[in-house]
Amino acid sequence: MRIYADNAATTKMSKTAIEAMLPYMDKIYANPSSLHTLGQLAKEELDAARASVAKLLGAQPNEIIFTSGGSEADNQAIISAAKLGERKGKKHIISTAFEHHAVLHTLDKLKKQGFEITLLDVHENGIVTPQQVADAIREDTCLVTVMFANNEIGTIQPIKEIGAVCRQKGVLFHTDAVQAAGHLHIDVEDMNIDMLSLSGHKFHGPKGVGVLYAKKGIPLVNIIEGGAQEKGRRAGTENIPAIMGMTAALEEACDNMAENSAKVQKLRDRLIDGLSVIPHSVLNGDRENRLPNNVSFCFEGIEGEALLLLLDAKGVCASSGSACTSGSLDPSHVLLAIGRPHEIAHGSLRLSLCEENTEEEVEYIIRAVTQVVTYLRSISPVWSKLVSGEQEFIIK
Amino acid sequence: MALYSDKVMDHFLNPRNVGSMDNASGVGEVGNAKCGDIMKIYLKIEDDIIEDVKFETFGCGSAIASSSMATELIKGKKVSEALEFTNKAVVEALDGLPPQKVHCSVLAEEAIKMALKDYYDKNGIAYDCSVFPSCDSCSHCHH
Repeated sequence: MRIYADNAATTKMSKTAIEAMLPYMDKIYANPSSLHTLGQLAKEELDAARASVAKLLGAQPNEIIFTSGGSEADNQAIISAAKLGERKGKKHIISTAFEHHAVLHTLDKLKKQGFEITLLDVHENGIVTPQQVADAIREDTCLVTVMFANNEIGTIQPIKEIGAVCRQKGVLFHTDAVQAAGHLHIDVEDMNIDMLSLSGHKFHGPKGVGVLYAKKGIPLVNIIEGGAQEKGRRAGTENIPAIMGMTAALEEACDNMAENSAKVQKLRDRLIDGLSVIPHSVLNGDRENRLPNNVSFCFEGIEGEALLLLLDAKGVCASSGSACTSGSLDPSHVLLAIGRPHEIAHGSLRLSLCEENTEEEVEYIIRAVTQVVTYLRSISPVWSKLVSGEQEFIIK
Repeated sequence: MALYSDKVMDHFLNPRNVGSMDNASGVGEVGNAKCGDIMKIYLKIEDDIIEDVKFETFGCGSAIASSSMATELIKGKKVSEALEFTNKAVVEALDGLPPQKVHCSVLAEEAIKMALKDYYDKNGIAYDCSVFPSCDSCSHCHH
């Protein structure tokens, strides 16, 4: 048996997405920049996909740029806003402490170029407030970038309200919506979003393709130089099969959002309830304002990589913010950002579901996690000290 | 290729000599929960022979496998032989560890040495301090 509960890492492609890709490999395979009939046919299909994606996001087609994925879109959005700000003498950027590394590392790069970065506290519940953003905005702020929903702990940010603050103060607002697209309702117009990044493979589409939405009039800086594809904003022959697959997947996900979300949320809530029974465990992130598919826990006295490997041996695919899974000595910056001490952050587990998971699978996961945590605690010298009272529990 | 060798997975999934020990001749604990790994080794020494070894580990798969392998390697050995024990023996016996996991084998070596030091201390046996790790926390740790 194999239960896949790592959908925040990537998803299985849907049949619809796979079928949508196939014709563009051996039938409509011409280069959309070519002037011949087959090339122009490909261009028409590309334009149609762009229009579909735009509609699903509440945007205009010319505001949609196809990229190689969420990371590229994040890079391009942030670099573009920074360069625009620099020209006006504005070199201050606001973000949060628990963004994806595609955002944080781009900000690090800008910091080295003389930009000042403010990373807002995300509190224990993993949510930043519009007031914090309002308080942090200065005369020289050129960009606010806040993720739509966190990839590790699933907390959903008040995007519309933050967008409103930015609009009012005349500051560009970007959101990394990689975990949200296809899972939560998005309307860039209604939500006051100037730029948005998404990635195809997080909603049953293909890998290696994503979208940058940039509101009309925002001058973009090219990350990839070359030909004049994407109206000169992103060079390279368009990855049409992937774009078609992603578009079909996004349409499907948006069409079925209400139904999928209700189903997955029920499974999520059962999983949270089942794992909460494990003593000295804690749910990471707000219980209510979280992605319908995200479950994130810390278990005291154990280490996450060992937990993952043992779950894998029982057929459960999950992930962890443990240092040992990242190749560094520090545990997840997300868990540290919500105030989990290192000792606790090492013992983390993320389970991210999808609509294909079943109630039986969830019950199996609860049993498997309970057994593995109990076993690892039984061989942990930290746990024996906690139980004997030699050391105090951090998670009560 | 998988992250770990079959040997590592075997010792991780079926660790040998797990547990604690009452009235141990020597106990050694190294590591730091902040860094994500702590190893505790218990030795039962009779007539200069390591009759029994037990371990408890808080840590990743390779930390657990390294502890397990280390206990197997020193069980039945003379104290003087155990003192010669190095992390390289653990890495070799496990058919290698990924570079970022070699420190787990170092922890296993240090835990054994600290247990031997404890045995010497308890029995008033004189020893050369330089043979043992200088601190009881992990020297490789960044914190």
